[in-house]
Amino acid sequence: MTNRRDILKAGAAGAAALGLPAIVRAQSSAIKIGHLTPLTGFLGALGEYAVMGIKMAAEEINAAGGVMGRQLDVISEDSVNPATASTKAQRMLEQDKVEFLMGEINSASAQTIMQVAARNKKLFLQIGARSDVLRGKNCNRYTFHVDIPVTVMVNAAGQALARQGLIKGKRVFCLTSDYLFGHDLAKAAKNFIAANGGTVIGDELTATDTTDFSPFLLKIRQAKPDLVATNLGGNQVTNFVKQYSEFGLPYPVAGFNLNTADAWAAGEGNLAGIWPTVWHHELDTPGSKAFVAAFRKKYGKPPENHAWIEYVSLKIMAQAMNATKSTDTDKLIAYFESQAEFDLLKGRKGYFRSWDHQLVQEAYSFTVKPKGRAKDKWDFLLFSAAVPAPNQPLEIINPAKDQNACNM
Amino acid sequence: MQLFFLLEQVVNGLVLGGYYLLIALGLSLIFSVGGVVNLAHGAFYALGAYASLEIARHLGFGAGAILSPIAVALLGILFERFILRRFYTADPILSLLVTFGLALVAEQAIRMIWGAAPLPASMPASFKGNVVLGDFLFSRYRLFLLAVVAAILAGIWLLLHKTSFGRVVRAGIQRPDMVAALGIRLQPYMTTIVMLGVGMAALGGALFAPIAMVHPAMGAEIITVAFVVVVIGGLGSFWGVVLAAMLVGVVRGITIHFVPAAGEASMYVLMFLVLMFRPRGLLGERIEKFE
Repeated sequence: MTNRRDILKAGAAGAAALGLPAIVRAQSSAIKIGHLTPLTGFLGALGEYAVMGIKMAAEEINAAGGVMGRQLDVISEDSVNPATASTKAQRMLEQDKVEFLMGEINSASAQTIMQVAARNKKLFLQIGARSDVLRGKNCNRYTFHVDIPVTVMVNAAGQALARQGLIKGKRVFCLTSDYLFGHDLAKAAKNFIAANGGTVIGDELTATDTTDFSPFLLKIRQAKPDLVATNLGGNQVTNFVKQYSEFGLPYPVAGFNLNTADAWAAGEGNLAGIWPTVWHHELDTPGSKAFVAAFRKKYGKPPENHAWIEYVSLKIMAQAMNATKSTDTDKLIAYFESQAEFDLLKGRKGYFRSWDHQLVQEAYSFTVKPKGRAKDKWDFLLFSAAVPAPNQPLEIINPAKDQNACNM
Repeated sequence: MQLFFLLEQVVNGLVLGGYYLLIALGLSLIFSVGGVVNLAHGAFYALGAYASLEIARHLGFGAGAILSPIAVALLGILFERFILRRFYTADPILSLLVTFGLALVAEQAIRMIWGAAPLPASMPASFKGNVVLGDFLFSRYRLFLLAVVAAILAGIWLLLHKTSFGRVVRAGIQRPDMVAALGIRLQPYMTTIVMLGVGMAALGGALFAPIAMVHPAMGAEIITVAFVVVVIGGLGSFWGVVLAAMLVGVVRGITIHFVPAAGEASMYVLMFLVLMFRPRGLLGERIEKFE
């Protein structure tokens, strides 16, 4: 029989094990950071990469001594949906006493967290959501945006399409996801097509839960367009691309949104066309190469663009805190608004525009490598040079003030 | 021309209906015989897709499509024997809860084993492309899929209507008490039904993997459609499910032709209309135990 002393000993050991990390944490008074991103649902796959990226950045920063001698403690949680995202953001600020908020991929969830940030007068670094309205009509003083807005994606892919003569004088058939992000994307796409001499001969909306696109493929065949342009979100792009390849339609295909993870999920021989991206793992800069090598070593696969963006986002926050020697919201906002430059592991550095808080940076377009040129299953995308060209200002691919008004 | 385009959508809808059928038929059989709505049916569909990719990596596409449903069907035996069996006579809410919980567990297990990122899947190059018959365009792969579904359908029909096994099952749907009174235990029959049902779901997953994305939540996506088909078709009727699956496919195609954005909503409207006029579904039989 176990005697009472043994039980007491075991209990004490257990309590010590549970209590110890709290004590250690309290002594170093870590900087707590609230991080929300979708880990389930149609964006869950991207969120998984997001957490990998921010975790790696935190480990690197902490191993190098932290920020102002304090460790970073990133609390990552599943944002689930817009309502839950806002509840969790409020709880993180109130109960967990985080200094600021980071994260998101879903434009609708980002919107609700932005409101929480403004109400509590705390900073929110909005990392991965791309709707134009977040940095336009619905912008606020407490939110800064890292990922490229939809207008930049349209410009990046659109310029590549225009160079190949697929826009001017051509008949374009659009297929659009029926939600905030899709509508935003379609609006920017139609503006671009019209401005570059193309005609939109059809724009069809598709519900976000569509998995079978065959009726739409038949309608595309009936319309006989010169170009099929998609404004689809999340995993819809993958489904569309697979079925477009299955049906073997002869019209060139392109799209204004495709994350690398969705491209990888399409499978060999299924992807075709021209697409935009914010970053890719084959980028030939010393910073990106070192990051990709470290990421591969840690996780056994190359980083997706959401892993990269979370990684540089935490580094951006660390730089801002070090420069201002503070975690104070107003000081951080003033630092970002000074248009300080940040290393994004790209050819050129980026900066936040003071009037809409959008990070201005290079973008890229990509196509698919010819058959047999891929080194492994991650390596079938063929990336173009950065846009804008080195001699052009970074601003020109972003929406101008009169196109996307932001009044803070 | 307009009429031709519409006809093309109808034919395409029939092909798609065949695929819905693969998932819905098993769900309907398990529901009809056991009185259990198997909300975990989608999980077997997802498992079928993942297992087929895992097998295809070593042995090729064909082996994946054949072996994966067999493996999942064997898993179905355990599922019936250790879980489902306890709930045939219990309050239906209990079986709903346990199968729903199981679906969540399966989804998370898939996420832990294979990751949240969707897996790439391709069909053999020879299946790619289209066949133009008359003026209708068909995906070559979907024609193959339709042939597989037709063969399975014929097999299940023969099993249910031309064998002693089928006679017991059909009697069990209507009067389980009478079957028991005749000294026949329904349990082994139920094991077989569940095995066949989840095996068909897994085959659906394996065959649809090259067309749609393979990701952890794919089971949750399909279960709703399958359930709608079963409800429209009516319980206990083989041809009811067949008719409903085709109807859902065709109505969806026609809706997308006229109002693209309403495509996914069309099947729910159809279900609503059918239930208004035929509460037991299109060909649903009057089943004592469910009344």
